[in-house]
Amino acid sequence: MSGTNAPRITVATAWLDGCSGCHMSFLDIDERLLELVQKVDIVYSPLVDAKVLPEAVDVGILEGSVSSEDDLEKAREFRKHCRILVSLGDCAVNGNVPAMRNPFKLADVMDRSYRENVTVHPVIPVVGVPALLPTVRPVHGCVPVDVFVPGCPPGADAIWQVLCDLIDGRVPEPTKVTRFGA
Amino acid sequence: MSRTVTIDPVTRIEGHARITLELGDAGEVRDARFHLTQFRGFEKFCEGRPYREMPALTARTCGICPVSHILASNKACDHLLSVTIPPTAEKLRRVMNLAQLTQSHALSFFHLSSPDLLLGWDADPANRNVFGVMRQDPSLARDGIRLRQIGQTIIEMLGGKKIHPTWVVPGGVSEPLDTVKRDAILALLPEGLEIAKRTYAFYKTLVPRFVDEARHFGTRPTLFLSLVSPSGHLEHYDGVLRLKDANGRIVEDGVPAIDYARLIGEAAEDWSYMKFPYYKPLGYPGGIYRVGPLARLNNADTCGTPYADVALAEFRMLQERGPVASSFHYHYARLVEIIYAIEMMERLLKEPDILDARVRARARSNRDEGIGVAEAPRGTLMHHYRIDDNGLITWVNLIIATGHNNLAMNQSIRQVADAYVDGNRLQEGMLNRVEAVIRCYDPCLSCASHAFGEMPLEVELRDASGRVLDRLRRP
Repeated sequence: MSGTNAPRITVATAWLDGCSGCHMSFLDIDERLLELVQKVDIVYSPLVDAKVLPEAVDVGILEGSVSSEDDLEKAREFRKHCRILVSLGDCAVNGNVPAMRNPFKLADVMDRSYRENVTVHPVIPVVGVPALLPTVRPVHGCVPVDVFVPGCPPGADAIWQVLCDLIDGRVPEPTKVTRFGA
Repeated sequence: MSRTVTIDPVTRIEGHARITLELGDAGEVRDARFHLTQFRGFEKFCEGRPYREMPALTARTCGICPVSHILASNKACDHLLSVTIPPTAEKLRRVMNLAQLTQSHALSFFHLSSPDLLLGWDADPANRNVFGVMRQDPSLARDGIRLRQIGQTIIEMLGGKKIHPTWVVPGGVSEPLDTVKRDAILALLPEGLEIAKRTYAFYKTLVPRFVDEARHFGTRPTLFLSLVSPSGHLEHYDGVLRLKDANGRIVEDGVPAIDYARLIGEAAEDWSYMKFPYYKPLGYPGGIYRVGPLARLNNADTCGTPYADVALAEFRMLQERGPVASSFHYHYARLVEIIYAIEMMERLLKEPDILDARVRARARSNRDEGIGVAEAPRGTLMHHYRIDDNGLITWVNLIIATGHNNLAMNQSIRQVADAYVDGNRLQEGMLNRVEAVIRCYDPCLSCASHAFGEMPLEVELRDASGRVLDRLRRP
């Protein structure tokens, strides 16, 4: 990050179908958060109250895989509005645990939860909830991704390294600092 | 003629949800619903997996409280093995659980809710977040970061990893604790306790400012469910189930956790991916109850550690008599529990047998059904598995802490909406209060979405013909 007059870098984050562990690992950068907010503006994230993704964002970070129509819409929206799109964590990079439902029929998966494992009032949720996609996909299965950061979750140091590279305009090399299942 | 207001997504909670408010002709709230918008399907896709994979798999239900899932899952596996784990292993598991309680409660208080409490419900939404708190009150933000870090570091020292550690295994833990690590953890605790006490003392000065919120944020009567120790103390790892009613009468006590299904049923609704557990004897939806820090403190006779018991006595004074009813006081209860967790970790780590090398009972599966119950930061967590002769999972049921609170969260948003939302003139701060009552429960929707979505917030008021009467957009 250069002089104080340089425009501040904007970052947006979202979680799709995942466990929020990657966002927690981001928070694990701990006191470096204070340093980060000197350099970047988090303009959209589950951690802030903005409900609309701004028109142009420098770095978009997606955690989780694409499992529902909402996820798909969010991934497309991030691709459209973010200059650099980062797939953060194994779920975003390869589908990971959420994709474990793919060998099953979606209807069977739903039935287990909402018909079999209930005591009264079995019903499949359809009102005010997004439809689920038959197949869970990694983010790049839906939109082009620029940076892949594997790990379940990627460690805080790895996330910090990638962020610093992006902020300073270097090409990050995530595989040097993290790996699948890390 | 009704109109619907949608808050989407609910922010500064752990997961994906939206709220809809249905308004009547006069702008009054007719119905309020909290919709979980993610579904994951663990209960099905774990089928066919070896039971020993379950702790690592179900940890991925949640990156905030993975340790809870790891513990409930391993307890279900202990049950499948039909073993009693070595006492040292149990103590070590307890330490990890308390470390997680510390980090998760710190996250809820500092990172997610403190912006409302410090900056105000009506503060500029663009600044009303933890980064805004870092600018306005850097020392408080630093405390929050450090307290969460202490919890996470202890988990890492024990389990090798802050998130999704694999050290807890069926039958105990995989490796004993050594002197160096024990001393390193003990060295972190005094600072943690100082921060916890400082935050608690500070929060007490804030409470009188929120008399109005405390009166409207989920005060309607419910039961309270939690584990307590066999002697009635605050308990997070094992123990027995206790249910108290809104007047403080004990309705169920000493119920072995494996008998949970005698107390708890589950219902589904077509408008949320989160199911609706209820207390069976009162039926659905009458059997409404709450779990989590508020329920645990209401149910426990004492905490059993010195500072936490003083804080507990002060907690009980929040209300003239009976259990503390307002869900607003979940925040208070969480801070008491952090103090308890740190005191208790110190006690456990000073036990003479904590370094014992015998930390794992080895066996193969000896039953075909296993149940594991533990207190997650947000409440009672239940894992229930069935396996075949080869140890492969044939059926799974998970009842998640946040799920237990589903009926109560819905009741609470209705109450807050009734008190604060004027359908004829919408204001952002009104809607933020509706979201804030949800934050009191600190819902962990990634958990609940084992059955969680996110979209821009745009609130529209429409009349019956669909004409937009008022519109509000964030930011």
